[in-house]
Amino acid sequence: MSAILRGHASTVRFLFGGSVVVVLLGVLAGTIALGGFPVGASLQSLVRGSIGSPDALLSATFVRASPLLLTGLAVALSFRSGVFNIGAEGQLVVGAAAATFVAIRAEQWLDVWTVPVELAAAAAAGIAWAIVPAWLRRRFRVPEVITTIMMNFLATFLVSYLVRGPLQEPTRVYPQSSTFAELARIPTVHPMVRLHWGFVLAILLALFLGWALRHTASGFRIIAVGVNPRAAEETGRIDVDRLTWLVFLGSGALAGLAGGIEVGGVTYALYDNVSPGYGYTAIAVALLAGLQPVMVVPSAILFGGLSAGAAAMQRDVAVPAGFVEFVQALIILALLAAPHIVAFMQQRLARLQAVEQQGAR
Amino acid sequence: METLLTAFLASTVRTATPLALASLGEGMCERAGVINLGMEGTIIAGAFGAAVGAAAGGTVLGIAGGALAGLVVSCVFGIFAIWLRTDQIITGTAVTLGALGLTSALYRVTFGTQGVALSIPTLAPLPLPLLSSIPVLGSAFFSQPVLTYIAFVLAPVCSWFLFRTRTGLIWRATGESPEAVRSAGGRPVQVQLLATSLSGLLGGLAGACLVLSQVGTFADGMSAGRGFIAIAVVALGRWHPSGILAASLLFGGSSALQYLFQAAATAIPYQVFLALPYMMALVVLTSGRRGHAAPAALGGKLENSLS
Repeated sequence: MSAILRGHASTVRFLFGGSVVVVLLGVLAGTIALGGFPVGASLQSLVRGSIGSPDALLSATFVRASPLLLTGLAVALSFRSGVFNIGAEGQLVVGAAAATFVAIRAEQWLDVWTVPVELAAAAAAGIAWAIVPAWLRRRFRVPEVITTIMMNFLATFLVSYLVRGPLQEPTRVYPQSSTFAELARIPTVHPMVRLHWGFVLAILLALFLGWALRHTASGFRIIAVGVNPRAAEETGRIDVDRLTWLVFLGSGALAGLAGGIEVGGVTYALYDNVSPGYGYTAIAVALLAGLQPVMVVPSAILFGGLSAGAAAMQRDVAVPAGFVEFVQALIILALLAAPHIVAFMQQRLARLQAVEQQGAR
Repeated sequence: METLLTAFLASTVRTATPLALASLGEGMCERAGVINLGMEGTIIAGAFGAAVGAAAGGTVLGIAGGALAGLVVSCVFGIFAIWLRTDQIITGTAVTLGALGLTSALYRVTFGTQGVALSIPTLAPLPLPLLSSIPVLGSAFFSQPVLTYIAFVLAPVCSWFLFRTRTGLIWRATGESPEAVRSAGGRPVQVQLLATSLSGLLGGLAGACLVLSQVGTFADGMSAGRGFIAIAVVALGRWHPSGILAASLLFGGSSALQYLFQAAATAIPYQVFLALPYMMALVVLTSGRRGHAAPAALGGKLENSLS
């Protein structure tokens, strides 16, 4: 495990991350210029589409940030304890399916309780999807990276079946569920914007997790296991297997909840590709946040804003959104490499100083 | 019935070819202890490279362009994950994200903002004399584009290399315990960089195969998750080249069955066939004498490779 995954020196890294973002906005501008597009107009459109107006912020950026925030938390929590859950995508998708099931089938008799039950079902489905890889890890030591990827595919197939079978809209023409009734929708924070209360819930969860990791015994155990599982086991006071199992399931619940919030608050229906890869982007979100739950909030907003801005840029100036994805990838690679390069330079520096000292003597 | 069977087999082999190329690459890489989640990125880069190459100078240049583009992407992964020792999983995800974005953007820049379907020369089937006239199997297995034969020949070659050569032994040892290899005077970093490059080359060929012998054009995200499917294929093939080839055929067959059953409108949802190989892979991971066959040091990091 590299130092970056342990969450040391978080402030320094976050400052560093900020400067990286600024530098890479420059790279983005350069890439756009190389592609032969007007740089000024493109960046203007990127800003206008993401943070340029209250509406862009509240109806685009924050809306896109919500699922990234919850899946980002799912990834941060699991990576922190050394569980490489890259199945957030699949857990999100089955969460969306479970929420849709409740919304469509049980809305009449659940009445005002529809939304809470919907979200609970989404989280439960996320847990169910995490159980398989978690069990394979615990019982057979199968690497969860491999199994969670498989579960992602299985989740896609499940939704593909549901929207053409049991959950298909009544006319049976389109491969999607019927639209949620008013009662089954998560209310928006204000009638004029698309932002829903799910975003607020996600932020509260981030704050709670941040507090819990830092100030509770369980949080301490999770971090201890992530830093060195064998040392944690040797203390005799941490059941590593049981702890990582619980973290895995908790991570699944968060990702599942993301799916419930997405269908209940944004799409109001289930269909194929209900997630444009949120569960994978979440890995980048969590990394930029240095795996700190509270820092996942600004990180998710940044990625949500970049994605909203990229869409605006493609619409207004026909600059391919792919450029922004490319720059996102560069941000991650730069963040990954930085501590290693710094460590390397420090090593060299120490060696030089040692030589000098010997020379002085 | 016979024509239906032939059509099914031919479709199986067609679907399996790019998957086999990518999975063999991923498998060799994992044998050396590196899990390359950038495979999806190398495939899409290979597809783009093949499209550019073929548009410029025919199919041969297309294959070369695909392999080269895949190699470049995997080298980026290798420089970060192996040389700089960044986390393999996150690096791989980033490389995939970057390659998907960059190819999509470059395609629009190079071939027009609308992304107009580009028509490029494709690889014609190359019937092998005698073998292609075998009833049923002949046209399915021996009347295929050249990349299919490459995939089929590559599996035994990889097996021979891994299990019958000294270098192959060091390669496998690196996947089990890089420290031991280092103590014995080997160079695990070099081995892993080589293995990653090989996986990029094969991933690039898989992308070229999609463009040159299947679709005939480039499209955004046309790799369609094959780089991630490869991870499942390798697990189902128990990290063994011949097993990986068989697993690719199984995955190919399951998606070919899907179309058969979709056309026949049976009561069984076709997604069941799609899901079947993944479920088999999950079961296979729990069974066997040695438990799961994954290399012990898979995804781990080498220490002190920079100093």
